[in-house]
Amino acid sequence: MSTTPVRTKRQLRAARGPYGRVGQIIDELDDRFGLARGGRIFLDKIFPDHWSFMLGEIALYSFVVLVATGIFLTLYYVPSQSVSIYHGTYAPLRGQKVTAAYASTVNLSLSVRAGLLMRQMHHWAADIFVGAIVIHMARIFFTGAFRKPRELNWTIGITLLMLSLANGFIGYSLPDDLISGTGLRIMYSIVLSIPFVGTYLAFWLFGGNYPGTVIIPRLFVIHVLILPAIIAALIGAHLALLVRQKHTQFPGKGRTEDNVVGSPMYPTFMAKTTGYLFMITAVITVLGGIAQINPIWQFGQYQADKISYAVQPDWYMGWLDGALRIMPSWEFAGWGHTIPFVVFLPAVVFPGMIFTLCYAWPAIERKFTGDNVIHHLLDRPRDRPKRTAAGAAMIALMFTLLGASATDVLANFFQVSLNEVLWTFRVLVFVVPIVVGFFTWRICLEMQGGGASIGKRKRAVLMIRTETGEYRTVETEPQPDDEKEELPPIPVPVRIEVGAERGDGDGHQPGVRVVPR
Amino acid sequence: MSPDTDLEHPTPADAGMPVARADDPHLQEAVRDPKGAERSIAVMLALGVVGVAVFGAAYVQNWRPWSLGLSLGLGLFFLGFGLTAWGKYLMPQGPFTEARHALRSSRAEREAIAAALVERTGVVVKRRRVLAGLLGSGLGIFGIVALFPLLRSLGPLPGLTLTKTNWRRGSLLVDANGRAIHRDTLEPGGIITVFPAGFENNDQAVAVDQTVLIRAGTTDLVTEKGRATWAPAGYVAYSKLCTHAGCPVGLYEKQLRLLVCPCHQSMFNIDDGAVPEFGPAPRPLPQLPLYIDSQGFLRAQAGYDQPVGPGYYERTTT
Repeated sequence: MSTTPVRTKRQLRAARGPYGRVGQIIDELDDRFGLARGGRIFLDKIFPDHWSFMLGEIALYSFVVLVATGIFLTLYYVPSQSVSIYHGTYAPLRGQKVTAAYASTVNLSLSVRAGLLMRQMHHWAADIFVGAIVIHMARIFFTGAFRKPRELNWTIGITLLMLSLANGFIGYSLPDDLISGTGLRIMYSIVLSIPFVGTYLAFWLFGGNYPGTVIIPRLFVIHVLILPAIIAALIGAHLALLVRQKHTQFPGKGRTEDNVVGSPMYPTFMAKTTGYLFMITAVITVLGGIAQINPIWQFGQYQADKISYAVQPDWYMGWLDGALRIMPSWEFAGWGHTIPFVVFLPAVVFPGMIFTLCYAWPAIERKFTGDNVIHHLLDRPRDRPKRTAAGAAMIALMFTLLGASATDVLANFFQVSLNEVLWTFRVLVFVVPIVVGFFTWRICLEMQGGGASIGKRKRAVLMIRTETGEYRTVETEPQPDDEKEELPPIPVPVRIEVGAERGDGDGHQPGVRVVPR
Repeated sequence: MSPDTDLEHPTPADAGMPVARADDPHLQEAVRDPKGAERSIAVMLALGVVGVAVFGAAYVQNWRPWSLGLSLGLGLFFLGFGLTAWGKYLMPQGPFTEARHALRSSRAEREAIAAALVERTGVVVKRRRVLAGLLGSGLGIFGIVALFPLLRSLGPLPGLTLTKTNWRRGSLLVDANGRAIHRDTLEPGGIITVFPAGFENNDQAVAVDQTVLIRAGTTDLVTEKGRATWAPAGYVAYSKLCTHAGCPVGLYEKQLRLLVCPCHQSMFNIDDGAVPEFGPAPRPLPQLPLYIDSQGFLRAQAGYDQPVGPGYYERTTT
C-alpha cells in the first residue's frame, strides 16, 4: 500500500498512516535519531503526586527567572569602579562622585523602562531560590530521600546550595552601594582572618589591599558566567540523576520499592508543572512590582569611610552575620603572628563544619544504622525520631543565628540593652537547638504508629463548644469521597480505545469524552 | 481503515504494550462536574490573557513599575492557575505506575568492566612504568605551575601594605573635602573623619588612613600611660577601621563617650585608649598621636604605632 505512488489527497492521508503528520514526523526523526522508544518512555515517566515534591520545582523555576531577568540586567549594568560625577535622572545624587557600577545600577532602576521591575524580580527570585533550596533540602532530609542510591544527588544539592549562597552574596555586592560595599569589606576581613594563606588570598582576590579597583569586574564575571554555568551544569546533573534513578515515593496503596506511582509526564504533569512555572514567575513578578527591595539610590555610593546604621545582608547570609556578632572577642597573638579567632571561627570554620556535616550525613547515618540497602520508599519523619530531631535542631540553630544577626534592631525595637540581647543569643544558640531537638524527638515517639489511614481521604471533624463551656469534637456527616480507596495503579496506556458511551447523563457520573480521530 | 487490523503495521497492542478503554476510570476527570470545571478554567485563562495584555499596554504607556509588576504577575498567575487546574481536574489522574528496574548490571557485566580495567592496565601501563612515571610527573608539575598565573597574577604580595598607613610625622589633618582641621574646627563633643593631607592622590588612602577625630573636651586628654601629649586640647584621633571586621566605626555615642561600629556593635571607650567595652572587637582602635602647630592646625606626631584594622596572620604583636 505504502509503496504505490501517491496522487490524491486521500491517498496521501492514507499513506501517512493512522497518526497522520505526527506519525510521519516521528518516522523521519526515528530513522535518524532512534528516539521513538526513549521518547515514549519519557512521555510515560511517572511523577508521584505529593505537595512536598514541588519544593525543588520552586528552586528550579526561580532559577529560570534569575537567568531571564539576569540577562536583561547585563545589558545595562557596567561592571567598573571608574569614578565620575553623577548627572542622571535622580536629583539627590547629582554632582556626587559615583562609580560606573553604581551609576549604571541606578540608571537601569530609574530610567530604563521596566528596569526596576526586572532588578527587583532578580533580587526577589534570588531570595526565593535560596529559600526553596533550603526547604527542599529539609524535605529530602526528613524523609530520608538522601539514602542509597541517592547520596550523590544529595551531595550535588549541598554544592548547589553553597554556590547559590556565594552567587547571591556576589550579586548583592555588584551595585557598589553603601550597604553592599560594607558587606564586601567584611568579606575581605573574613578572608584575611584565615591563618597562613588568608592575607595572600585576600590580596589576590581583590587585586591588592581593600578595596582596590578590580573587585567589581571580577565579581561580575564570577556572577554572570562562572557560577551560573556551574550551577546550570549541576542542576542538569541533579535532574539527570533523578530521571536515571527515578523518583522516591511515600508508602501507600500499590506503592512498592519496585515501582513509581503517580501522574504521567504527558500531559498531566506537564500541564501542572508548566502552570506552576507560571505561578512562581507570577509571584516573583508581583513582588518585583510592589515590594521594594534594595533601593540603592537611597543608600548612596559606597565609600570606604562611610557606613550606615542597621547594616544587614540578605536573609540567607544572616546566620553567618549572627555567628560573627555573638562570637566572644578571642584573638591569638604571639610568636610574631595573629590569628583572629573572633572572625576565623564563626565565619570560616563554623560554616565549613556545617557544610561538611551536611555532606557527610548520608555516610554518618549509614554508619550508625548499618543500613546499606537501596531505598525508594520514603520515611515519614515521625518514624525516624533521631534523624528528625537532629534536623530540627540544625534548623533551630540556623534560625537562632539569623535572629542574632538582628541584635541591634531587636534591642532598639524592644527598648532593651544591646548587651542583654547579645548575651541572650549567646545562651540561646546552645539552648534552642537542644530544646527543639529533644521535643522533636519526644513528639516523634508520641506520634508513631497509626499508619492505617495512608492514602485515604481523612474524615472531617467539627469542634463544638457545649453550653457548659466544654469543647468537644464531633464527626461530620460522611461525604461521598470519605475514606475512598484509591484505584489500583495501572501502567500508562499507550493507546486509548475510543467508542464507549458517555455516562448516565445527569452530569455527576464521571463521563467519557469521545475524541474523534 | 482501522489500524488494528493492518497486519503490515503491528500496533502497540500487538507488541504487548498497555492499552486502555476510554471509559477506564483511570482516564476520567477528577472532578464530578467537568463542564463546570472547564468554564472556571476558561475564566482563569481569559483573566490571564487580559493580564498580560494590560502589561503590554502598561509598558507602552510607560506606567509606574508597580502596574507593570501587578499586571504581568496577575496575568501569569491566572494563566498558570488555569493550566494547573486543567492538569489537575480535567486530565487523567490515574494513578499510573511504572516499573522500577534495578540499575545494577549483571555479575558478568561487572566482571567484564573490572577485567578490562585491570588486565589492560597490566598489559599497557605496568610494563611501561618509566613512561607512566614521566607522564605522571609532567602532569603533576603542570597542575602546580598552572596555578601560578591563575593565583599569583591576580594581585600583588601583601608586603608592608597592611602594616603601614600614609600617616607620617607632621601629616596635616584634613577632612573629606581636603580642608585642614584647625583647633577651633570642632566644638567639644564634635566628631569628624580626617585623612592625611594629599590623600586624594592615593587610591588606598580613604580605606586605610580613615581616622576619626573627636573633640573630647577642651583640655589635653591622656588616654593611657605614655600618651600624655597625644590628644592636645581635647582632640583625640583613632583609626576608623574596626579591629573586628574592618567596618568604619562610624557612630559616636556622646553621653557614654563610646565609638560604636554599626556592623557588629563593637564599642570603644574614647577616654581610655579605645579599649573595646562590648562586642566582638578583639583589640583597641590604634590611636594617632596629634599636636597643634604654630598656626593652630592639627598634625600627626607620627604614624600609627601598629597596623590598623582587623587581624591577619602576619600581623606582629606589639
